[in-house]
Parts: sequence; structure tokens; C-alpha cells
Amino acid sequence: MTENAPAWDETQPILEIENLSISFFTRLREIPAVMDFSCRVMKGEAMGLVGESGCGKSTVALAVMRDLGVNGRIVGGKIRFKGRDLTAMSQEELRQIRGSEIAMIYQEPMASLNPAMKIGDQLAEVPMIHQKMPKSQARALARQLVADVRLPDPDRILDAYPHQLSGGQQQRIVIAMALMSKPALLILDEPTTALDVTVEAGIVDLVNDLAAKYGTSMLFISHNLGLVMEVCDRITVMYSGEAVETGNITDVFDKMRHPYTQALFRSIPLPGADKTSRPLKAIPGNFPLPHERPRGCNFGPRCDYFVKGRCDAQEIPMLPVAGDTRHDSRCIRFDEIDWNAPIAAGVQHDSSHIGEVVLSMENVRKYYEVAASSLFKGGDTKVVKANETLSFDAREGETLAIVGESGCGKSTFAKVLMGLETATDGQIMLFDENVQSTPIQHRNTDTVSSLQMVFQNPFDTLNPSMTVGRQIVRALEIFGVGASDAERQQRMLELLDLVKLPREFANRMPRQLSGGQKQRVGIARAFAGNAKVVIADEPVSALDVSVQAAVTELLMDIQRKNRTTLLFISHDLSIVRYLSDRVLVMYLGHVVELGTTDQVFAPPYHPYTEALLSAVPIADTRIEKKRIVLEGDIPSAVNPPPGCPFQTRCRWKSQVPGGICETEMPPLRDVGGGHQVKCHLSAEILAGMEPVFTVAAE
Amino acid sequence: MLLFLFRRIGLMLVTALCLTIIVFALTNMPAKLETLAKTQAGSRMTDAEVDRWLERNGYASPMLVRYGEWLGVLPGWVRTEDNGTVTGRCVALRGTAEAAGERCGILQGDWGFSTRFRAGVAEVLTARLGATGLLMLWVLAVMVPMALIVGILAGMREGSRTDRALSTFAIASTATPEYVSGVLLIALLASSTVGLSPLLVSWGWIDGPVLFQGNARSALDDITFSNFTLPVLTIALYGMGYVARITRASMTEVMTQQYIRTARLKGVSFGKIVVRHALRNALIAPFTVIMLQIPWLLNGVVISEVLFSYPGFGWTLYEAAINNDIELLLASSVVAVVVVLVTQLISDVGYVYLNPRIRIS
Ligand SMILES: Nc1ncnc2c1ncn2[C@@H]1O[C@H](COP(=O)(O)OP(=O)(O)OP(=O)(O)O)[C@@H](O)[C@H]1O
Ligand code: SF4
Ligand code: SF4
Ligand SMILES: [Mg+2]
Repeated sequence: MTENAPAWDETQPILEIENLSISFFTRLREIPAVMDFSCRVMKGEAMGLVGESGCGKSTVALAVMRDLGVNGRIVGGKIRFKGRDLTAMSQEELRQIRGSEIAMIYQEPMASLNPAMKIGDQLAEVPMIHQKMPKSQARALARQLVADVRLPDPDRILDAYPHQLSGGQQQRIVIAMALMSKPALLILDEPTTALDVTVEAGIVDLVNDLAAKYGTSMLFISHNLGLVMEVCDRITVMYSGEAVETGNITDVFDKMRHPYTQALFRSIPLPGADKTSRPLKAIPGNFPLPHERPRGCNFGPRCDYFVKGRCDAQEIPMLPVAGDTRHDSRCIRFDEIDWNAPIAAGVQHDSSHIGEVVLSMENVRKYYEVAASSLFKGGDTKVVKANETLSFDAREGETLAIVGESGCGKSTFAKVLMGLETATDGQIMLFDENVQSTPIQHRNTDTVSSLQMVFQNPFDTLNPSMTVGRQIVRALEIFGVGASDAERQQRMLELLDLVKLPREFANRMPRQLSGGQKQRVGIARAFAGNAKVVIADEPVSALDVSVQAAVTELLMDIQRKNRTTLLFISHDLSIVRYLSDRVLVMYLGHVVELGTTDQVFAPPYHPYTEALLSAVPIADTRIEKKRIVLEGDIPSAVNPPPGCPFQTRCRWKSQVPGGICETEMPPLRDVGGGHQVKCHLSAEILAGMEPVFTVAAE
Repeated sequence: MLLFLFRRIGLMLVTALCLTIIVFALTNMPAKLETLAKTQAGSRMTDAEVDRWLERNGYASPMLVRYGEWLGVLPGWVRTEDNGTVTGRCVALRGTAEAAGERCGILQGDWGFSTRFRAGVAEVLTARLGATGLLMLWVLAVMVPMALIVGILAGMREGSRTDRALSTFAIASTATPEYVSGVLLIALLASSTVGLSPLLVSWGWIDGPVLFQGNARSALDDITFSNFTLPVLTIALYGMGYVARITRASMTEVMTQQYIRTARLKGVSFGKIVVRHALRNALIAPFTVIMLQIPWLLNGVVISEVLFSYPGFGWTLYEAAINNDIELLLASSVVAVVVVLVTQLISDVGYVYLNPRIRIS
């Protein structure tokens, strides 16, 4: 489609962004979202773009597509695609490039497909527009691509509407659509953030294979360093609208030359990190808003190596790192910093000793009855088995992690514990009291205040029209803490200290806080009544990495101080490994594995745990990982498979004689040292499992 | 689906029953009955004569009994005159005393007798409904495309000049009630002394005295551009603005959706985006509204038909009301209820059809 394009030879970059600056114009002011951003992507290369939320990653991607919306404008610089300047193109020229030469995939698959158009039509449209392909041929191509993205039964899928597919399937369709006309450049903006890890692993695999097959270059946007490592050859780290470091993956990961990159790596729980000996190091301070950037180096106020008079004296240019190929850093001191210095020995903690059993659950089950309703149907009901016979106990001062993918019943479990729902069956003992069927309204204040919860989304758990201080005081009143208002006021200030928020924040409204700060207020509220057991339901997954570290550390600190029992619900195995003492793995409402962190993270594994571990991207070049990609989707809890819940996706199934996986529910059995696994596999086979990760010799 | 239909029909019956009871009560108030007697048998009647007339014509029995007669659950009244002739509700309806059965209400298919038009209600209504159906057909044919085009043009580029101009037009058109726009249109286009027509005549562009006719009675025999445009336009303009604004709102919302961005970044041209990707999604809301709008248009029909003396359902309703034509009014109420519920049914089914997400599998 580029017959009239000037000749472009393959040794030149496919995409070359030069000193790009982008601003959004609002009524109040101009917001410079991206400044002086440069990067190059060569043919067949995958460039990763990482950075915290709001640093301008999506803005760069949309600028390449020249789709910044009504108020966004490129205010400087050039974007060259195969040598042609995209910023100077007419709408018609752009239209010919979009979808045929550059394709884009973004975060929410459901929202990017047209709900009223069949999948087949949406796919076939691309070659029909760009190659003027006849419809039948376009559909044949669509069918081939649907098969290429490894979707079962392509013919049925072509005839389906988007809502009839699962999230992972939809994302595959979006990928197929992007590849319909074999673009030279593919832009992926957080393509897997909305998906479960095992599904994500499948998609990443697919993207890698297809890019290799079609020779596509990629611009891969993510906030997950591990994921970038798995997909990309090169990486650009962005901070506050600028590129701060760029280079080959191995250079940047192993020999980073920018303090921000270093800080980022130190704030994520890599396998070496440990909550007692090498705690995570959060980046101090907050991300500057685009219109409040400091003079000189943007990272200055948060940088450990900041030197007054130099770092804030001038604009910092991008400087090449001697000795490496195409490795640049936006730091004037990178030659002076000792990059191999060990991490300043942070506070080390003694591992806290674990006390008495405070909470125990025995054979707890929770079924929901749902009306299988739709507009025209009558009212027959179906049973969703959200939790099946859960048994475990948790001790004082212990962190018990509950992991599993969406829909496995983690949150139901939390609700039952909290008394927001009553269990269908079984016993829940808190201290020595049976709270199983006591809904929260009927529990006494003692029970309520000793069992508290921190929610996933800090954005909607705070009352938006009440000051932070007032909300904490309210919680104190409810739990009956303090004799007078003055006493409660005092306690509230102490709680702010506990969660490391300045005391002035008591008078702020929730909207004046950042996500991490809101989550701290949520934690302060949970600890208002001296909670003994705290359930944290994905407390950090909505937060940026640097903030995640701070909130995680905070929880650990408080736990050490108050000897709280923490039930940490998460799908992120890296963080689970980092902070938990014991781990419980759930699949489709069943506990499939339970053991200490070391037991669960080392063989023998339950086959599901093995797949889950292998799916987690790890941002460490030395770790070698076995790739296990699960086929298919998680079955629905309304209609679980017979026998073992995992049998539809299990790769070990054939090792069990007699096919009993398909007919009999395996028992939860002890494989040594209190390590329990729900699987039919024989002890020998379990013992023979290989570890998922190995650290490559250096 | 069947259950759903049954429920809808049941609802329709209950509504019709309630409404007719109310109408029955209102039209059978003594003062109203007196009016009826006087319009039927001479305005100079004494009170005693009125009573006698009412008794002779079956209006003397208690109201509920007569409602029952109208429904056909109670036997119709029968009276043997002094001279031996038998009169009665069923006799009047069926012609002769022999043919008259015991009951003759709507359950038996007898809709009663119109005192205003001196003919069976059924035959009056079918003729008038036919006329109105024709009018509505033309109204919809003008209104729907106009509204959708205006709404989509305005909504596809929110905030543009086209949007602002069309939105203003749409708001102005809904804000003008039919009795204002009707009168304005007549003055502007259908008067031989003021407005456009004298001008056009003096330029020799039209033959007749007026561009359009202000009286649409002739449309009954032969619809022409000249006699039908104004009544159609009067009703259509009013409904158009509302539907156009709903369409615009729906369209602007759809245009900001991610899948529209997907289409744009696939290289689909703007026109195709609007037609292939946005239209169907944007039509879901207006479709429902158009269907719900039809009962409202009936309001406009009354005004417009009276204004342009077009003998349709609206005009008949008006005549029946001022003459207290009880049975005609009752039948009209039933028709109105049916129209409302049938349009709602179509709207629900259409919604399901347009929106694949809730289509039954
Ligand atoms: N339409 C807009 N109007 C005004 N400001 C905007 C607009 N779009 C983005 N911004 C601002 O531009 C900056 C960069 O935003 P961008 O969406 O590119 O961040 P991002 O790195 O993609 O973040 P995330 O990881 O959350 O997706 C932010 O400060 C954001 O508030
Ligand atoms: S320039 Fe100075 S403040 Fe900026 S990153 Fe380098 S050392 Fe830190
Ligand atoms: S019981 Fe069978 S299917 Fe289930 S996890 Fe074990 S091997 Fe796999
Ligand atoms: Mg983004």
C-alpha cells in the first residue's frame, strides 16, 4: 500500500521518534505530557516502554498512531515511520498506514471490539479496506488468523459476537485483528493487564511467536518489568514524560545506569528479596504532576544521588553509556555512581515468631444460588460453588497468602470470614468463638474490630465527602475505642503515624490523596480497633510498583509491631513469596495446595501451582524458567468439570492410571511436613518434579 | 418468549379495563347524560323529558350494570313500548328483535353505537383509524429518517458547527407544540393573503391561490402533496426534535467508545466508521424512543386533525368528547391502550434484536 512511499531500506529504523514533545491543552493550562522523548525501533525488534502510571507511555503510543484526541497536540519533534514523517501526514495518508502498516492493541479487549458486529466481519474488514480483498478471501484469511492465535473452532468464533467470548479469547481476537494485514509495527499498550497470569502467559507466548513468524517490530508498553523482559529485546524507561534510560534488555537489567531504574528494580520483589533480611525499598516521595516538575532533573527530589547545584542547575540531556551499544541514560552523574555498591543495609528484622492459632476454618463451604435469568426466561436457579470444603488455620503473627486466579473464590472466602456473607456449611472459629453463621450485624464489636479488611481498590472504599481524620475517628467510635473525643483524636493521629502519613492529612479530603495514600488510610482504618486478624484483598494490585513496595512494607511493619495475623489475598506470586509464611493455592473454589512458602515454591508442586509459577514473569535475567502454558480457559464455577477441578487443563493427567482424574475428586493429602496437595499423582511422580525456576550460573 | 407475550397481553387487558371504567364513570355523570339527551333529542327539552329520554334509551339503570352490559357480561336492556314494539340495546345493534341475543357487549364483538355519527362504533372507528393510520405512516416516513439523519449528523462530531446548528434546530422543533407550529405553518404557507403563497402567486410560480392547503378533508379521497404536507409536517416536526436529540446523545456516546477508536486505527474511513461501526450501536436507544413516541404522537394527531379538519381517529375522538358519545369514547380508549402496549412490545423485541448481548440463545 505504500507504492508511492520513498524507498526505505531495512537497515534504517522502522520507527524513529526524535525529541518528541506532546501537550494536552485544557481550559486551565497546557499539560506537557511528554517531553523530548526519543527512541528507535529496528526491523524485527521489540522495544519495551516501562514506567509508572501517568508517565506518558500511552501518550507516546497514541502519538505514533496520530490519535491524540481533540485536546492533545504534538508540540515538537518528529516521528518517522520507515523514513516518512508521520507528524506531517494528511488524514488520508494516515488512514492508509493505520491498520495496514502500524496496528495497535490496547488494554481492554472487551471495549475494543464492536459489540454489535460479528468477529468475522470485524476481522475481514481490515484486508477489505487495505488490500481491497474480496470478502470471501478476507474471511478465509480471518479464519486462518483465528487459528493462528490458537483459538479452538475458528468457524464458530468467526460467527460469534464479542460478548460470547471470554476475556482471554477476546484479547486473542484483538491480536488477530492487528495482524490481519501483517503490519510492520505493532503497538501493544498493556495488552495483558486485565487478564489472569496463566492467560497472560499464553498471550505473551503467542505474541512472541507471531512476531517472529511475521517479522513484526513491536512497541510493547507495560508497567511490568518481568513481562517486558520476556517479550522485548530493548527497553526504554520513562519517568514523568521523559525517557530516562534506554538500552538492550540485558544492559539495562544488569548494568542499569540511571538511579530511577535502579530504584524501580529495588522496589519489586525479585526472588532474592526477603522480608526479614532484604526488605523492599520503596522510592521515597511522589511522582511529580506534569505541571509541577522540578527544575533540572525530574527525578531529583526522589533521587538518592542528588547533588544540589548540579542536578537542578540545567536540563539533563540523554547521554550515551560508554562501552555499551545504544545504551543511554538521562543522568549527569551516572559515571560517578558506584553501581555495584550493595544496597544500603536497610532495617533488618528478626523473623517474628509465630504464635497460637487464632483463626481456624473447618470444611467451610459457600454456595450461591443464582437465577439463570434473562429477559425472556423463567426462574430456574443454578448453584455456583464458590468455595468447596475449605479447611486451614492461621496463627498469631503469621502471614497466610491465598493465591489463585480471578473467579477461584478468593474474595468469597474473604466475605464469608468477614461475615458479609454466611457460610453454607462448616465451622469458622475466631479465637474460641464460632462465628460461622453470624452475619456481621450480629457479631459483637470485639469480634468485628478484631477482624478487619483492607480492600483492593483504595479509590472507592473511602467516603469522598468526609475528611480522612473524620473517617478514622468514625471507625474508632464504631469499635468503641477511646473514652472521649479528645482521646480518639489523639489515637487517630497515632494511627496516621503508624501508616506513615503526615498528621496534616487528617484534614484532607480523599480526592486530595494519591492511590497509595488512600490505601494507607484504608489500612489505618482497618487497624483502628487493634485488629488481630486482617484480611488484605489484593491490597496493592491497583497501585504502582514503587507505591506497592511502600504499602507492602507498611503492612509488614504493622504486623511485626502488633503481631497481627495477616491473610493476604493475591494473584501476584512474587509478592506472595516475598511476604508470606504459608501459602494456600485455590482453584475453582478448592484448596489445591497448602504449605509453607518454601514448600509451595519448590517441587513437588500441585500441577496447577506449577503452571501458575511458570506463568509469573520475573524481571531477573539470571533466572531460567520452564514454560508451561495452560490450554483453554478456567471452567465456570456454575458448571465445574467432574472429578478433579483442574483436569481440563492439567498436563500431568496422563500420568495418573485409570483416568480417575476425570471421575474422582482427589483427596487433600499430606506429602510431608504438613505440605498438602489435592492431586491423584503418585508420590514418586510428585517427587520427580523439576523446579520451575533455576538460577543460571554466572 | 411466550410467557413474556402472555404477560404483556394480560397487562394490556387490565389497563384497558381500568381505563374504560374511568371513562365510563366520567361520561355517565348526570350532567353529561343530560347534554347527551339534549344533543340527541333537541336542546329545548325539560328536565322531565330528559329523564324520560334517558329511561327510554336504557340510560336509567345503575352505572355498573350498564358497564356490564357494555362489556357483555350482563344481558342488555330490553323494553317493550306501550305500542308493543320491543327496543333494547341488542335490538338496536342487531337490527331486529329476533336477531338480538341476550348479551351484546364487546365480549360478543359488539362495540356499540355512536350517538354522534349515528352508526356502529366499529364501522366508524375502522374507517377513521384507517385514515389516521395513513397519516401516521406519512408522519413516521418523514419524521424517522429526518430525526435519525439530524441526530447522527449532529452526534458524529460532537461540538462541531454542524452539531450546534442541528441541535438548536432539534430543540426548537420539540419546544414548539403542534397547535403553535400548525397555526404558523398555515399562516406561512396556506394563506392566500399572508405568508409565502401570495408572494409565489405574484411571481407566477404556483397556479392555485395557496402553496399548501390548510384543509385536509380532501385527502380522504385523494392524498396530494398539497393537501397532506401541512398536517404531516406539523406532527412530524414535534416528534422529530425529541428523537433527534436522543439519537444525537446516543451517537456522541458511541463515538467515544474504544471500539470506534479501534476502527479508526484499523484505517476505516470516517464515513464507514459512522455507517458500519457506530450506527447500529447508536440506534438502540432511538429505536426504543421512536416506538414509545408513537402514543405521544397521537396527541399531535388530535390537534393536527382538528386543525386541518382531517376526519381521522383524533378528529373523531374530539367530536366524541364534545358530544359525550359514550360508546365511541370507550372504544377509543381501548384502541389507545392497545396502541401503547403494542408499540412497547415492538420496542422491546426490537431492542433485543438490535442488541446481540441480550439476544436469547
Ligand atoms: N486527554 C488528556 N487531557 C489532559 N491530560 C491528559 C490527557 N491524556 C493524558 N493526559 C495526561 O498526560 C500524562 C500521561 O498520560 P498517559 O496516559 O500517557 O500515561 P501512561 O504512562 O500511559 O499511564 P498508565 O500506566 O496509567 O496507562 C498524565 O499526566 C495524564 O494525566
Ligand atoms: S541527574 Fe542527579 S538527580 Fe537526576 S538521576 Fe542523576 S544523580 Fe539523580
Ligand atoms: S488429580 Fe489429575 S487432573 Fe487433577 S491435578 Fe492431579 S494429575 Fe492433574
Ligand atoms: Mg496507559
